Amino acid sequence: MHLIATGNKGVAEAVLQAQPDVVAAYPITPQTEIVEQIAAFISEKRLDCQYIPVESEHSAMAACIGASATGARTFTATSSHGLLYMHEMLHWAAGARVPVVMANVNRALGPGWNVWAEHTDAFSQRDTGWLQVFASTVQEVYDTMLMAFRIAEDEKVLLPMMVNLDGFSLSHTMQPMEKIETGTFIPPFSLPHAIDTLHPVAYGPLTGPDEYFRFRADMERSMRSSRLVIRDTEAEFARLFGRTYRETEEYQVEDADVLLVAMGTFGKEAEVAVDKLRKEGIKAGSLRVRWFRPFPRLDLAGRDIVVIDRGYSFGFGGVLSMSIRATSRAEPYSVIAGLGGQEVTYHDMADFVRDRKPGKEYWFGVKDDV
Amino acid sequence: MTEIPKEEFILKCTSACAGCSSSLSLRYVLKAAGPETVLVIPACCTSVIQGVYPRTALRVPVYNIAFAAAAACASGMSASYQKKGMKMNVIVYAGDGGTVDIGLQALSGAFERETHFLHICYDNEAYGNTGMQRSGSTPLGAITSTTPSGKIHPKKDIDQIVEAHRPPYMATACSAYPLDLFQKVKTALSIEGSKFIHLLSPCPPGWRYPTEKSIEVGKLAVKTGAWILWEREHGSLRISGPSRAAMKTPLPLEEYLKIQGRFQAITLEQVQELQHSITRTMERIRCELEKPCT
Ligand code: SF4
Repeated sequence: MHLIATGNKGVAEAVLQAQPDVVAAYPITPQTEIVEQIAAFISEKRLDCQYIPVESEHSAMAACIGASATGARTFTATSSHGLLYMHEMLHWAAGARVPVVMANVNRALGPGWNVWAEHTDAFSQRDTGWLQVFASTVQEVYDTMLMAFRIAEDEKVLLPMMVNLDGFSLSHTMQPMEKIETGTFIPPFSLPHAIDTLHPVAYGPLTGPDEYFRFRADMERSMRSSRLVIRDTEAEFARLFGRTYRETEEYQVEDADVLLVAMGTFGKEAEVAVDKLRKEGIKAGSLRVRWFRPFPRLDLAGRDIVVIDRGYSFGFGGVLSMSIRATSRAEPYSVIAGLGGQEVTYHDMADFVRDRKPGKEYWFGVKDDV
Repeated sequence: MTEIPKEEFILKCTSACAGCSSSLSLRYVLKAAGPETVLVIPACCTSVIQGVYPRTALRVPVYNIAFAAAAACASGMSASYQKKGMKMNVIVYAGDGGTVDIGLQALSGAFERETHFLHICYDNEAYGNTGMQRSGSTPLGAITSTTPSGKIHPKKDIDQIVEAHRPPYMATACSAYPLDLFQKVKTALSIEGSKFIHLLSPCPPGWRYPTEKSIEVGKLAVKTGAWILWEREHGSLRISGPSRAAMKTPLPLEEYLKIQGRFQAITLEQVQELQHSITRTMERIRCELEKPCT
């Protein structure tokens, strides 16, 4: 079925099809529509699910953890400060190995108050043990949400997963979207370590260094095996529904002399910039990084790259550009742009490419050097 | 006469301090609840008492969760069991920190949503797990490691805060009266919705008295009226047996204070203030029992 939908609607439609048992959520701009839509599905009896209207995001994640621990499929959605308020429980969810699925609508952080897109909220959760993926279109939001349940709940993964979509530029933007019949694509959820009164155990009690260390190593083992599960799930999705997703999305990369690398909606805008540059005779290509955790293995050594970063690690650098530098021995031109919803057009992106200075950092729109 | 089941759900390998009354109480809580129970434990003494991985001293599933999150975690479990159509006792067993301080927001949210669960606050009136720092529940005049010359603020009245949520059942209890506690847990678990039991738990290292005196200290708390045992079912208040005599003729408060080292620096004015607060509470209770009340 084809419809015109916003990113938020895309999330809600996928959640409706995944049929979670428990949703616990707290509203925050620009995520609110997601939880309103889910509440509406429940009240219209289209979704048989317990909705917990919690009093905070910290509690939203705690409730999802509690529900998931009993073997329930769980979902929540948040953004920005809500995600930060969850931070402690994000670590807990991953450590407790409960595959909670969450949509995070990327938004800037205060002060000052700013409701527009930026990736710092999600980047700040880098080390929590969550799988993280960034979508760029409404269709991708919907498709990725469907895959998220299957990936997170896979026995080889059993880690929580966050699907990121840019605030307003994706959450509130209308685009055509095809709804699919998922059939058996999302198998029923069964948690191997679910609470069972016949086999009472203590979850997360005092744990000595040796055992603790083993648990952490096991998380990393699962994070690594998630690469295979992601690949298989995306391949299966392509086979069944005809849309292909990979760790990265490449556009005119093969013969490109220079690559624009970005995440989220900027990654799509970069494709338009590539077209513009090619018309001018500059052989550009674009590489959109979809997966942030596990971070893709990129082969970019020796390539001329312009990385556009929508999140910054103060005292270190652009998060995406530093990640690329660390994993592929490349020396990108690091452009910091789009923080707090700053408008960045494909014309600007084409400028970044023309004016690039490999190894340097540039804050777009800031007159004085940072 | 109520029969307390012989079956034990807490084994003889806990890591509790000698004379710990919160672990003693947990024994009766679990006897009342039985095997179809999930315990939710935020950071508190019971995080330690339950034992070290991979062993557990408890024969029911125990779910440890972050300090502020117990009632919210229980909300998720309760919702899931409801979805599954399963009957399950979801019990939060939290200390005073995890209830009256850092856990208050989650508790309030869960009660406002009428979550089906039982929240038990075992109140040892300080942060016991971290070595006895003051909490909102520490009484006026008590020495803790962060109030070395005695606390200058009175104890937070968590009961009135919980009562403002109009739960179908709430009660106070004390580890020195296990039968009373047992019955209250039974009653609480038989009622739909959010229930609260505030359980006074004398603590030898924190309250600074010899380990063998936990029961005596608990009894003195009740007999002096420093702790009043009552239950409130669907709004109507009932004084529990052991407190009836104390409501008429309480022992002098000093009997309770002088047995504990933590009150050694208490001033005369503070004792009077404590006494005054007991009198006020008793008056309020009497007034409510002898309705109409002005
Ligand atoms: S500090 Fe007090 S409450 Fe905590 S285990 Fe020891 S005796 Fe029990």
